[in-house]
Parts: sequence; structure tokens; C-alpha cells
Amino acid sequence: MNARLQSAGLLRHAVLVTFAAIVLFPFLWIVMAAFKTQIDLLMGRVFFQPNLTGFVDVIFDKTSDFGRNFMNSMIVGVGSTVLVLVVATLAAFSLYRLQWPGWVLHSLLGWSVIFHMVPPITLAGAWYTMMRSVGLDNTYTGLILAHATLNLPMALWMMGVFIRDVPKELVEAAQIDGANVPNILWNVVLPIVRPGIAATSILTFVFSWNEFPVALVLTQRQTATVPLGIGKYAQENTIAFTEMAAASTLSIVPALILLVFAQKLIVRGLVSGAVK
Amino acid sequence: MSADRFWRHATLWPAILLFVALTILPLANLFALSFNDVEWVNRTPVWNWVGASNYQKLPDDNLLRAGLLNTVIFAVAAVAIQMLIGFVLALLTTQITRGRGFYRTIFILPILVPGIIIGAIWKLMYSYDFGVLNQVLHVFGLSALDWLGSPNLALLSVIIVDVWHWTPFCFLLLLAGLESLPDDIFEADRIDGATGWQILRDITLPLMMPAIIVTFVFRMILAFKVFDEIYLLTGGGPGTATEVISFTIYRRFFTEDQSGYGAAMSIAVIAIIAAMIIVATRATAGRGSKV
Repeated sequence: MNARLQSAGLLRHAVLVTFAAIVLFPFLWIVMAAFKTQIDLLMGRVFFQPNLTGFVDVIFDKTSDFGRNFMNSMIVGVGSTVLVLVVATLAAFSLYRLQWPGWVLHSLLGWSVIFHMVPPITLAGAWYTMMRSVGLDNTYTGLILAHATLNLPMALWMMGVFIRDVPKELVEAAQIDGANVPNILWNVVLPIVRPGIAATSILTFVFSWNEFPVALVLTQRQTATVPLGIGKYAQENTIAFTEMAAASTLSIVPALILLVFAQKLIVRGLVSGAVK
Repeated sequence: MSADRFWRHATLWPAILLFVALTILPLANLFALSFNDVEWVNRTPVWNWVGASNYQKLPDDNLLRAGLLNTVIFAVAAVAIQMLIGFVLALLTTQITRGRGFYRTIFILPILVPGIIIGAIWKLMYSYDFGVLNQVLHVFGLSALDWLGSPNLALLSVIIVDVWHWTPFCFLLLLAGLESLPDDIFEADRIDGATGWQILRDITLPLMMPAIIVTFVFRMILAFKVFDEIYLLTGGGPGTATEVISFTIYRRFFTEDQSGYGAAMSIAVIAIIAAMIIVATRATAGRGSKV
């Protein structure tokens, strides 16, 4: 009996290890490709002399936009995350703890569900025409506003989940003691929802970092983000495979760092956004 | 008291303003645009009223028809496979005690990586001349496949990428669902002599239904928005083999600069999605009242 259980456990591990290998393999392959020369890559050589030209070209070559793309993605990612977190935290607190009538709560959440389901490209056209007429196309502000709006539904649900964990009695007691709303938010609510803010921030930053179609529509060369840079490599007539692999490898680094340092928060965020 | 009232409004209005300025106004703008043709003169759009003619063109648009059909095939096939594999793997993982954190770390990685990079990675792996997949086929003595260039294979190739990309997400959500089920139900049944299959069919699946539906809905929403991977892998081709709806809108609106027609298409797609939401809510609500 025990031996049978053990072998069943081994089989399970074997299945999972195989799956993990399938998930990991493409990443390992692209990192390897980044260290190959174009010739090694085109010849499909499995053994090769590791080579840094791809990385050097991507980072230091004067014609490469990658450094600028990286900066732009950071600015837009951080900017839109700060904006959406402030807006969503205030709104979630307001909706769940400041006695709004039910229809306000339902219409706001209902609208965010509908908006979340609509492909961003359908609105991107209107964003482009509207922003172009007020001079916000090809600016950080324009893309920050767009990304913050795209992430607002998710941030609203996630912060809602965490703010509902703040006991109503605590807020009411503070109100009776004469604390005003900013005081309550800062001293009572924020300390409790700090993990929620961290989890939501990580996901909104990642989604802004990854977002492609809206950035494609709203930016030009000066404000283009990392995904646009990668997309450009693939569109040139003779694809620079080594550079594309090196740039892809570098673009995964932020996700890897977050994964190593904030794995628990990310899981909590993904699951709370989906399951509750 | 009036201070409270002020703060009540001050905390909610930023969200309302953002929604109004960037979702409701653009929708109204899009709707108005859809009855016009637009020309750009010195950064100013010049609108020419064309009535409903943009909408009348929609049913005859072959690209749109291909885009809708491919999006449905893509979403249904990819999500069904992901859910199935994800569920089986989650079942296997709940029964092991060691190494859950390890597997979890690996399975989160694809979720965090930009879709466009997933596309870049697979474009290299799918390459006819030097891609690793054809190398593997070669080792087994099989002839190389034109994964992205063959009209019959391209959509399947794109579905494979999506399955690889999102199965881990299904796995994580379904695992979270399984872990929240009470252990003692399973114990009691096992003592009663129920087989593994019976437990799965009579207990696990019904209890897991909410988590399964949530995961399914989340994935379907994302699958209908698919754009990045296809932009990089095939650009919708060869021909219209991998044309999806987001791509059709992008093409009409931006590449071909037909803003008015693109707007009509956007409004039509939004209407279709709204109709699907209503039907889906009705269907689940009907089922809920029966149970």
C-alpha cells in the first residue's frame, strides 16, 4: 500500500516536472538565442561560443531605441500605477465605507465590468482622435491616463476586496471620536490594506509594462514603450534575431525580479481579483 | 456633517471622472464618428456625414467575417484546452505536499511576461529554417513544418502559443479553488469506499463549479481581446488565416486610416460583446434559480 502511494506520488511529480519544463523551455531557449551570433542561430547550432554582441547592440548601439523604450515603460508604468492606485483606493473606500446608495455602487462596478470586457483597441481609436485634438497624443500623460483607465476596473475590485476586510466598527469608532475622512484613511485604513496596495500595484505595473495595442496607437518613437521596441525588431525586412532575443531577455528581467521578491503578493492579487 | 459629505464625494469623483473622460466620452465620440468619414487637415479632423453607410458596409466585409470567426475558434479552442489541462494539473498538485511553492513560481512566469515577447519567443521557435520545433521534427526523421506560413496550420500554431501562455493561469486559479475546499468531505467519501472517479464527478466538480466558471469567464474575456501575439507571430496572415477581431479593427482604423468605418466596426463589436454578456448572465441566472 505504502509503496503504491509512493509510486503514485512519484508519477505526479513526474507529470508536474514535465509541465514545468515545458513552461520554462521557451524562456531558456530565448536566453540562449540571445547569447548566440546570428550565424549560430541561423545554423541552428546547439553548441556555441557564448557571445554578447546582441546585448551590446541592443544597449549601446546608437541606432538602438531600447534604452529609451525601457525608460518610457518605467515612466508610464510607475505613473499609471500611482494614479490608478490613488483613484481606486479612494473610490473603493468611498463605495464600501462611506454609505453610498446601492445604485451608485452597482452602476460603477457594473460599468467597470463592461469596460473591462471590451477590447482596448475599440476605444483606442477614440482615444487617439480625442487626445490628438487636445495635444495629448505622443505624450507620457496621454499613455499614463489610458493605462490607468485600462487598469482601473481591476484595481477597483482588488482594493474593494481588501477594504471590505477593514472592520466597519473600526471606521465608525474613529468617526465617533471625531476623526475626519483623511485621518481615517491614513491612520486606520491604509495600515490594514497595505498588502492589498502592494499586490494591486505589482499587477497594475506589470499590465502597464506589458500593454501593447494602446501604446502602439498613442505613441511615436520618443514615447514608445518596450513592447513596441520588440515589435519593431520583428517587422524589419531582415529580422535581427539576436537583437530581438537579447531585447526580449532584458524585457523579462523586471517580471523575474518581481517574481522572486513578491511571489506571494502576486498570487494573492491574482486569486483575490478572480475568486472573490 | 457637511465635511463628511464633502469627503464622500471627493473620494469617489476621481474614479467617476476618469471613467467619464476616458470611457464614456470616447464611446460617444466613437458613436458619432461611426456616421462620418474623417479626413485630417493640419492636425484637425474634418468630419463628413455619411449616415449609416459605414454600418451597411459591415456585413460585406470579408476581413471582418474572418476576424469574427477566427476569434471565436481561437477563444473556444484555446480556453477549452487550457481549462482541461489546468484542472488536471491542479488536481495532481493538491495531492502532493512538497514543492508546491516551486511549481507555483514557475507557473506564474508566463503570466507576467509581455504578450509581445511571448510572440517574439515563439516566432523564433517556430522559424522554418532554424526554429527548435523543426529541429525536433528533424531528429525524429519528420519533415519540417511551416508553422506560421501555412494557411492550414497558422491558426493552430497561434492556439498552441496561447495554450502555453495561459494554461498556468488556469492552473493557479483552479488550484486556489481546490485548496479552499474542505478536506473532510473527501475523507468521509473515501472511507465510504467511493472511487477516485466518483469523488471527482459527485463532489469535486460540483463544488468547484464557481471557481471553474470564474476562470473560464476571465480567460474568455482575455482571449477575445487577443492582439499582441498575433501581431508579432503572423500579422493576421497568411491571407486571413489568423485574422482576429482586434486586428481587423486596428487595420481598418489605423493602417488604412478609415476612422469612421473603424468606429462603426468598434461599436458593432462592443454591441456584440454586450449582447453576449446579457445572454450569459441570463443563462447563469436561470440555472442558478433551478438549483
